[in-house]
Amino acid sequence: MSANPKALKRGYIRPLDLKHGTVEMSHGGGGRAMAQLIDELFQPAFENPWLRQSNDQALLTRPEGRIVMATDSHVVSPLFFPGGDIGSLSVHGTINDVATSGAKPLWLSAGFILEEGFPLADLKRIVDSMASAAAKAGVPIVTGDTKVVERGKGDGVFINTTGVGVVPDGIEISGDRARPGDTILVSGYLGDHGVAIMSLRENLSFSTHIVSDSAALHELIAAMVEAAPDIHCLRDPTRGGLAATLNEIARQSGAGMAIREDDIPVREEVDAACELLGLDPLYVANEGKVVAICPSESAETLLAAMRAHPLGADAAIIGQVIEDSHGFVQMETSFGGRRNVDWISGEQLPRIC
Amino acid sequence: MKYVDEFRDGRVARDLAKSIAAEVQPERRYHLMEFCGGHTHAISRYGLRDLLPPEIRFIHGPGCPVCVLPIGRIDSAIELARDHGVILCSYGDTLRVPASERLSLLRAKAEGADIRMVYSSADALKIARENPSREVVFFAIGFETTTPPTAVALRQARAEGLKNFSVFANHVLTPSAIQNILESPEVRELGTVPLDGFIGPSHVSTIIGSRPYEFFAEEFQKPVVIAGFEPLDVLQSVLMLVRQLNEGRAEVENQFSRAVTRDGNLKAQAMVAEVFELRERFEWRGLGEVPYSALRIREAFREFDAEVRFDLPYRSVPDHKACECGTILRGLKQPQDCKVFGTVCTPDNPLGSCMVSAEGACAAYYTYGQFKGATVTAEAS
Repeated sequence: MSANPKALKRGYIRPLDLKHGTVEMSHGGGGRAMAQLIDELFQPAFENPWLRQSNDQALLTRPEGRIVMATDSHVVSPLFFPGGDIGSLSVHGTINDVATSGAKPLWLSAGFILEEGFPLADLKRIVDSMASAAAKAGVPIVTGDTKVVERGKGDGVFINTTGVGVVPDGIEISGDRARPGDTILVSGYLGDHGVAIMSLRENLSFSTHIVSDSAALHELIAAMVEAAPDIHCLRDPTRGGLAATLNEIARQSGAGMAIREDDIPVREEVDAACELLGLDPLYVANEGKVVAICPSESAETLLAAMRAHPLGADAAIIGQVIEDSHGFVQMETSFGGRRNVDWISGEQLPRIC
Repeated sequence: MKYVDEFRDGRVARDLAKSIAAEVQPERRYHLMEFCGGHTHAISRYGLRDLLPPEIRFIHGPGCPVCVLPIGRIDSAIELARDHGVILCSYGDTLRVPASERLSLLRAKAEGADIRMVYSSADALKIARENPSREVVFFAIGFETTTPPTAVALRQARAEGLKNFSVFANHVLTPSAIQNILESPEVRELGTVPLDGFIGPSHVSTIIGSRPYEFFAEEFQKPVVIAGFEPLDVLQSVLMLVRQLNEGRAEVENQFSRAVTRDGNLKAQAMVAEVFELRERFEWRGLGEVPYSALRIREAFREFDAEVRFDLPYRSVPDHKACECGTILRGLKQPQDCKVFGTVCTPDNPLGSCMVSAEGACAAYYTYGQFKGATVTAEAS
């Protein structure tokens, strides 16, 4: 019998190789490897009392008021992009979905689907970025889950996050409350996120200084709701861009929208990239912008409150809600004509000539 | 945006629109065909109709490469990817064009065919280099503008000895299509399709020059203005056409003098001539078989011709019965005259090809012009 005490040390597992290691099927298998991934990677990064309990669920104290809940899955490619990564994006996206009800976001959950062979170093980078985004936003990740799929059956990492928040009394914000005469505002430059992502896509690389606008909007929204508690609608124009958001609200509210191209904030660089690719900035995704619709008498107050916050410094009034039972969104072009701003169909594909 | 905003200046537009309104003769109608889908798109996107007097009527021509591609050609492309197992590289617009059996390239891709969207023929070459054990076919479509890059790719493939690369060539020619429209019975029998003048595509003419239009301006007595794609270019060319018509002239004029010359790009023309030759006939959606209206790969480059390499037969497939793409492409009908426009056929679920590309007349009407139709309906009901 060997007398080497190390050989007798029970339950010893070599620490995760966060530099060169990769995700293995066993990391989702429910055994020691999974426990190790949680203990050495997720737990220390997300560190909070709920996770420390190491239960399969988070025990939460019921808050006062109406509760909202939102979920969002993130499959962005590439995983890292100028201005963020899939980790920070998954925190911001869900916080924004909760916050656009006027709610204060309280807790997040995180579900990871990892592909076998994915570098642990990249996973750590993503987890750290999530942790830092959550800490900065003051919204803890209180429960989570990890699954691993075989190589070739995922795309590195997919992350689902769910958020819960609470809406203060007296706030009634909903996509069906836009009324003819209301004013439409946006919180800043449109299209930054989509163009930043597209600039990195395979076979489309072009150099640009544009960075994603990915940001948690709950503090900006809290300031907006405080300044103008009668806001009717709030929504973050993510996939499908401003065009999709306005069409959604128009359909829900049974009203039309009339916007002015000249008043819509779009950076020259984004405009130029879209021009080159044959895209329309109105359809390009944003991850740190909010569209607000409010009674016209509150519009100036709301605009001032938005501009007073760093995330709303470039806010602008872009148009009005109008009477139109068809729910069309129309735009006065810079050129002086009028056109429809329809839903996007499929994905925006570049034109060929 | 520098070098772009200058051509989208609303004030200049209003001045131009005023001149046009002042010069049109009230008893006269000006039926102007913008041949190219890029112009159709610009007219709709910038709301140009709102600026022009009612005497000006735009007739939308067949100049959208995706729209004129017949179903049979898409079927062949799907066959290449699905049955021959090649990596099929295609421009984005083409992916959604409906083919037979409720398929499209996009649906075939979802079913497992290896179809990849590329932005240029160079991307397809790159894919071929990176996948030496796979056959890679570039699905080449388009008018004179996309032909030179395909020619470059073929020359490069031959120079590199790239054995796994080939091209499925579907390049078509603008002047032959315009001539075909002018010779069609509907146009010749006066009154069926009034057609007074043409707005010619400037990007095509940067390659072929303005000379190829001189024949039919003269022969058919129709003025042609080669126009740029910015909204001010279009307005200015409308004014130029109105003046020609008022003065009884039928000339080829060049609005896009910033890049178009009479002879065009001789180097590109030479390269195209080295690689391609005329096809005796080619089927166009809407126009049917048009003689000498498309290109095929020359003998010297035959080993890179996918039609030869994979022995692809061409099967003509009729369009959907209710689809009016054919008559719309010939200018006989407007999109809203089609029974399925906006109902069964929408950009999300296109039945006909004019609804697929952003440059198709139906898609442009649907995407940018809906509220106008709605206002009319609302007033009528």
